[in-house]
Amino acid sequence: MRGFWKLASIEFKLFLREPSAAFFTLVFPLMMLFIFGGVFGNKPQYSGLGIVDLSVPAYTAMIIATTGLVSLTISISAARELGVLRRFHTTPLTPTAILTSQVLVLFIMTTLGMVLLLIAAKITYGLRFNGNVLSVILGFLLSSCSFFALGFVLASIARTARSAQVMAMALYYPMLFLSGAAIPKWVLPEAVRTYGQILPLTHVVNLLTGLWLGEPWSDHLKEVAVLVVMMVVGLVVSAKTFRWE
Amino acid sequence: MVSEPVIQVEHLRKVYGPTVAVDDVSFEVYQGEIFGMVGTNGAGKTTSIECIEGLRQQDRGSIRVFGADPQKEIHDIRRKVGVQLQESQLQPRLKVWEALDLFASFYESPLDWEKLLEQLGLTEKRNAAFARLSGGQKQRLQIALALINDPQLVFFDELTTGLDPQARRAMWDLIRSVRDDGKTIFLTTHFMDEAERLCDRVAIMDKGRIIALDTPENLIQSLGVESRVVFTLKEPHDIACCRSLSGVTLVEQNGDRVLVQGKGEMLVVEVVTALAKEGIRFSDLRTEQPNLEDVFLAVTGHEMKD
Ligand SMILES: Nc1ncnc2c1ncn2[C@@H]1O[C@H](COP(=O)(O)OP(=O)(O)OP(=O)(O)O)[C@@H](O)[C@H]1O
Ligand SMILES: [Mg+2]
Repeated sequence: MRGFWKLASIEFKLFLREPSAAFFTLVFPLMMLFIFGGVFGNKPQYSGLGIVDLSVPAYTAMIIATTGLVSLTISISAARELGVLRRFHTTPLTPTAILTSQVLVLFIMTTLGMVLLLIAAKITYGLRFNGNVLSVILGFLLSSCSFFALGFVLASIARTARSAQVMAMALYYPMLFLSGAAIPKWVLPEAVRTYGQILPLTHVVNLLTGLWLGEPWSDHLKEVAVLVVMMVVGLVVSAKTFRWE
Repeated sequence: MVSEPVIQVEHLRKVYGPTVAVDDVSFEVYQGEIFGMVGTNGAGKTTSIECIEGLRQQDRGSIRVFGADPQKEIHDIRRKVGVQLQESQLQPRLKVWEALDLFASFYESPLDWEKLLEQLGLTEKRNAAFARLSGGQKQRLQIALALINDPQLVFFDELTTGLDPQARRAMWDLIRSVRDDGKTIFLTTHFMDEAERLCDRVAIMDKGRIIALDTPENLIQSLGVESRVVFTLKEPHDIACCRSLSGVTLVEQNGDRVLVQGKGEMLVVEVVTALAKEGIRFSDLRTEQPNLEDVFLAVTGHEMKD
């Protein structure tokens, strides 16, 4: 794994130099927080939790979708289209090192986005939390991994960086608005909530919100199953279809 | 040449659908030589070089690099070779020094990249993002990256495309110094003068085949191409004296401009002596030695730029 850490640190810098990626991961969730928090406040309503308390796990799901689905897909397909992957292929660097460094950097960015969100919500709205910290971390890890796997699949399917971007966006926006990530679930019509079940992000929102409320894992076996299957299938498919060019 | 073959290619063939990109190509590259491949667009140079680099898989034939098969034992080969691809970009926001630092980290004992930066005239651009470099600067960065692991064997696909004349010459010196360290260089080029002056041996590729392979001198000599002497008469004069010189095959007069063509390296001396003897005054005398361009034209039947 010679070169791995250097590659990861460079990818990290490159991520921060990409204004839109950094904005949607780090800043946009805070904007959502302040807009919704400003309108609805954070008065306790549902088993002692307010709207902000319930929005934080949903926005976390949004961050996961942003990095896993959009950033990962675009950065891998762009690297392929530019010939960067091909250039790497002429060095002793392994595909595992390349892909792992991407995942590591995006995982750190996702975590950073979530931590910023937590801090802002705590300071401004006195964020409340009923769950178990370890459970939430586990749920966060599982959700992130399954979305990274999804991003890898898209990056493998797409022929060009342009089509990767279109595909990522075509999945991202409906999910954002129909899964309960950006718009709270209780605002969505019943039909949308039902059909929202086919969207992977819905399961992330439900799992993270449930764990946040302190619900046991046994209440969320369906979500866990969906995310685990997505992760495994995604990894197998992307390993089989990996292309340098 | 008495050294080891570093690259051995036998009956290499690669097709893309109906296109035969490389057809039954065989050659060897020896340690410590600069081996060049010339040919027009689409001749199959990149396809050949990239099969040898292990980036493309051949349909037929065998390739050995340091005795290993690039398709199967690529990992050992990667450490020892440097590669500059004909077309490859880096991340637009990656800075020059970061690219060097990054690629250096892939290898066990890389060169000091600060020094490479200087050798390639990129010191001023060390903090520039890749996207902000000019075409020639990008090319020089790619050359630096190809050399960063102090490779035993370096591939350059179109070494000096996009470089200004001064940078080209600097690059030739750099490549020669790499060769003088005992390294082997495999390059492709569109420039006949580059192949002639820089390469120890040249393969001429046309429509997927190697149609000639030798040192530039041998290629030129084997052709038996004649040299030419051209000059301008100061006053009208009969130039029959030139016709009777031994070895002269053609004399053409166009107004006061005269062309004498013939065999042998002494042609110009003979012509000048004959003119002096007759008291014929002339100016603007030039000689044209046959070069690789003529060889190319003769063996392929078409010009380099067709
Ligand atoms: N990936 C590919 N798919 C289909 N055809 C290809 C591919 N790569 C090369 N070819 C075809 O193979 C032939 C040889 O191409 P190649 O790139 O090897 O030529 P070249 O000598 O490097 O040309 P140039 O001087 O323009 O770089 C061309 O006819 C080209 O169209
Ligand atoms: Mg080429």
